[in-house]
Order: sequence, then structure tokens, then C-alpha cells
Amino acid sequence: MAEVDIRTTTINFGPQHPAAHGVLRLVLEMDGEVVERADPHIGLLHRGTEKLIEYKTWLQAVPYFDRLDYVSPMCLEHAYALAVETLLQIEVPPRGQYVRVLFSEITRLLNHLLNVTTFAMDLGALTPALWAFEEREKLMEFYERASGARMHAAWFRPGGVARDLPAGLESDVESYVDTLPRVIGDIEHLLNENRIFKQRTVDIGAVSIEDAIDWGFSGPMLRSAGVPWDLRKAQPYDVYDRMEFDVPVGSTGDCFERYMCRIEEMRQSIRIIRQCIADMPTGPVMTANPKVAPPSRADMKQSMEALIHHFKLFTEGYHVPEGETYRAVEAPKGEFGVYIVSDGTNRPYRCRIRAPGFFHLAATDHLCKGHMLADAAAIVGSMDIVFGEIDR
Amino acid sequence: MSEALKEIGAAARSRHGNCVGGLVFHAGQATLHATTRDIIGLLTWLRDDADCRFRQLVDLTAVDRPEDEKRFSVVYNLLSLQHNLRLRITVRVAEDEDVPSCFPVFSAALWLEREVWDMYGIRFQGHPDLRRILTDYGFEGHPQRKDFPLTGHVEMRYDEEQKRVIYEPVKLTQAFRNFESLSPWEAAGMPGMSEDG
Repeated sequence: MAEVDIRTTTINFGPQHPAAHGVLRLVLEMDGEVVERADPHIGLLHRGTEKLIEYKTWLQAVPYFDRLDYVSPMCLEHAYALAVETLLQIEVPPRGQYVRVLFSEITRLLNHLLNVTTFAMDLGALTPALWAFEEREKLMEFYERASGARMHAAWFRPGGVARDLPAGLESDVESYVDTLPRVIGDIEHLLNENRIFKQRTVDIGAVSIEDAIDWGFSGPMLRSAGVPWDLRKAQPYDVYDRMEFDVPVGSTGDCFERYMCRIEEMRQSIRIIRQCIADMPTGPVMTANPKVAPPSRADMKQSMEALIHHFKLFTEGYHVPEGETYRAVEAPKGEFGVYIVSDGTNRPYRCRIRAPGFFHLAATDHLCKGHMLADAAAIVGSMDIVFGEIDR
Repeated sequence: MSEALKEIGAAARSRHGNCVGGLVFHAGQATLHATTRDIIGLLTWLRDDADCRFRQLVDLTAVDRPEDEKRFSVVYNLLSLQHNLRLRITVRVAEDEDVPSCFPVFSAALWLEREVWDMYGIRFQGHPDLRRILTDYGFEGHPQRKDFPLTGHVEMRYDEEQKRVIYEPVKLTQAFRNFESLSPWEAAGMPGMSEDG
């Protein structure tokens, strides 16, 4: 056979590309329209969060977590709060735990509504995104009522949550989630049997169980491949062990199953939200341990010691005993973990952030190889990547 | 859970005695201290043994303690999906020491080791593609080291005359202030606490 001269073309996908979901620079080596090699260049949003946290007190580190995965802020605060609580050996009162689980699930809805519909938008379906953004706005209103901020809440704190829910919020959330299944149904109606959507997603970017585990996948990426693994079930934290919900599992691990897993997870989140509201106990939302929790406003008006104590807590901060710990939560994107080393002072000595998206993106080359250029956009969209957490 | 981990620790010591040190429990989590010698053998065994099945490398990171003789700890965080166990392995290395790459054992190490190299300057021997990952193209230094200043060394701006982005040494309009807020009067009691804070 005559020697054929094979020339590959290198193209830059991003960093300014609507389907790059932020600032991904994907260098693709193409043989015609087939991807030979995909090399993601990340770090364009690197802000040195881990280094900055080393220079802040334990409490001042909380807002950095909102800014990692800015699509699901509260779940990330949750991981940090759990890690610090483990080192401090403090317990969160039952109502605090229920409130945190309630808002973790609201966060999951926020995240999946965005991902599922922007994924569809990458593939040309604009309408679901317009619908979902309306729902996201309503959910962010609950964020605002609870914490004062629509996105960067800084509301989950080590020891509980910053303040109790305002009156009437629980019943409003309950009546809101009754309307949500219809919206999810509408989105499904547009996409599930959509010929274009299915042609672009079924059998695209499929991953085997072995590869998914080997590459460190977690969350819907791992479950869609067929591994029934959910940290809320396997290693429950707060009151997840009292919640009744199912874990959707796929079989082929392609882009379509990732989408289906997320859709079903939204339904399960609604179930958990309903249970949280039904079982919500009364009582404090923050630990009573005065070493961590600030004194009440009323005390501060009356007692000099309480005022000094408040000042000390918010300037020097509390000290965390020496030690190291790794705590992970099932964030909407997968296992979000925080590894903390404390040297016994008022600042973390080392705070390592384990972002699920980092691992998924690392496998881009593995997933894209042999697919068409247009499939690369579908694969990146289905991975649910947010650069805040990948670049940290 | 801790019983199973204790057994794994004992089995690891009998099989990989030249590599494995003690198994420490803290806050319900197990840490296995090891050395770089035969770390790959240890990780492979932990991945494949029927009682371990730590098939997922959840995290790989490092901690810098510049005052120590071996300043870095490389931390492997393993997860066994089958037995629902977590195990942390720490390896102490000196600044000029290499660590064998565990990419052949866990594919997830491909980027994790690149990040540790980028942030700490720890070399991984045998890594197929040890480029920087998070920092800028042409970056110098390893920012997560404790002796790297928080503000960095260079800043960049667009130069109107040269019509391009240029890098220059950091100019701080205000001196960097590292608030050392550790209290000199530690004995002051806190309301509601019997012992001193």
C-alpha cells in the first residue's frame, strides 16, 4: 500500500467559547473531523484559594468555598464545616442538621437545573435553559431569605448555620417544590425523545465501570456508568441517614445517561426536601459551644464579657486542635472533599480542596479520543464542569 | 470499620515491611505512614488485594513543613468502594528527593501529580507528562510552598507602548500585612466556660 501522509490539525477550543463552560482552553489534535488527542489547559481561573485560606482564620475561610463551585455554593461550605467540626469534635444540633440537608438539596436542584439545561443548550436546544433559569431564580430567592445572599451565602458555618430560617420559609419551599416536578417534566418532554438530542448524546463519551473508578470519577459521572455509589448513602453525614431516597444508576455511562441520572436526582432531591420539612425539629441551629458559636445579640447588649468574647471570636477567631482530617460530601457534581491540617492555631495550616470536576476533566482525552469535534462539546457539557472549583 | 483498617495496616506491614511504618487513627480516620521505597508496590497491593480493593485514588496532595528535615509530606487519599473504607497514606520526602509516579496504578494521578509538581515542586519519577497545570505559562516558583509569598513575585499588565502584556515585579501600594492575631492574653476566660479558653 502506498504511504499516506497523515496530517493532524491542531485547533484551540476556547478559552472564549460558549461551550467551554467558562475558561477551558482545549487544544484538540484533529485528524479531519476526528479528535486524535484532547489536551485541556486549565488554570485560567486559578486564584490560589488554598493558599489564601492558609492566611485566614477558620471562619474567614468559609466564603472562599462559595466561590469555588459557584453553581452549588452551600454544598461546598458543608464539606468545610464538617471537616472543621470533626477537628473541633463538636456536634451540630438536630435542627441545624436538618436545615443543612434541606439547603444541600436545594443546592442540588440549583446545580442540576443549570447543568441539564446548559448541556442541552450546547447541543442546540435553547428553550430548557430559559425555563430552568426562571426556576433557579426562585430557588435563589430561598437562598436570599435564609442567608441574605443569592449565591455566595457563607451560611453553613462550622457548628451549624449562621442564623435560623425566617418565619414562613419552610412552607414556601414546600409549596414551591410541589410545582417543580411539572417543570422537570416539561424539560424531559423536550429532550428525552428528541431525535437531535439523542443522536448527539447516546453512546457519546461512554465510559466503563473500571475506567470511571480508575480516573477517580464520582457523583452522576460514576453512577451513570453503573456504580451504585452515593456518599449520602454510603457514608451519611448530618441527617442523611434518616432520609428515604433512591440513587439512580445508569449502565452505559454515556452523555445521555448522565443527563438522565441528573434528572432523576432532582426528583429524589424533592423527596428529601419534603421529608426535611415534615420532620424539621425546633431548637437551635448552631452548637451551644461558646468556643465556636458567638454570643447572642441580647447578651452582648447586657454583658461586657459577651461583648469582649464576640470581638475575640471575630478577630482572633477560635483555635482548632492539632490534627488532620478529610471530610467529603456528595456535592451535585460528585465527591467534594476537604483535607485540613491544623497546627493548633487560629488558622488552617493546610486546606486541600478535592474538586470532583478536576477528575472528570482529567479524563477528557480518554473520553474524546475517536469522537467527532461536535461530540467533544457534548462530552464537556455532560461532565458538569465549573472552573471555579477546578482551578481553585 | 476501624477493625478492618487495623487488619489492613498489619497485613501491609507484613508484606511491605521495608516501606510501611505505623497506622495512626485520628478522629476516626486512618493514616498509614510509608516511605517512597516500594510505594508503588504498596499502592498496587492496596488496589488489588481482595480485603482492600482501594481502587479509587480520591486525592493526592502535599503538605509543606519547611522546618523539618524532610519538608514535604505527600498524601495519598484512597477509597475502597467495595468495602466502604477510606485510607490515607503519607510519605515524607526531602526537597531534592523524587517520588515514583503512581500513574501506572491510578490514572487519576495524571493530573494530581502535575498539580503537586506545580504547587510544591515535588518531582514524580516516571510521570509521562509532568507539565505545570494551574499556574501561568512560563511561571517560576512553586506557590504552595510556605516560603512563597502570598502576593507572588510578578504581576502583569497591558503595556500601552509595547502593545502587549508585560510582567513586572509586584509593586504593593500598601505593605503586606500578615495579621498575627494570636492572643498574648490567652488566660481571659469566656462566658459559659468553666476552664479557660
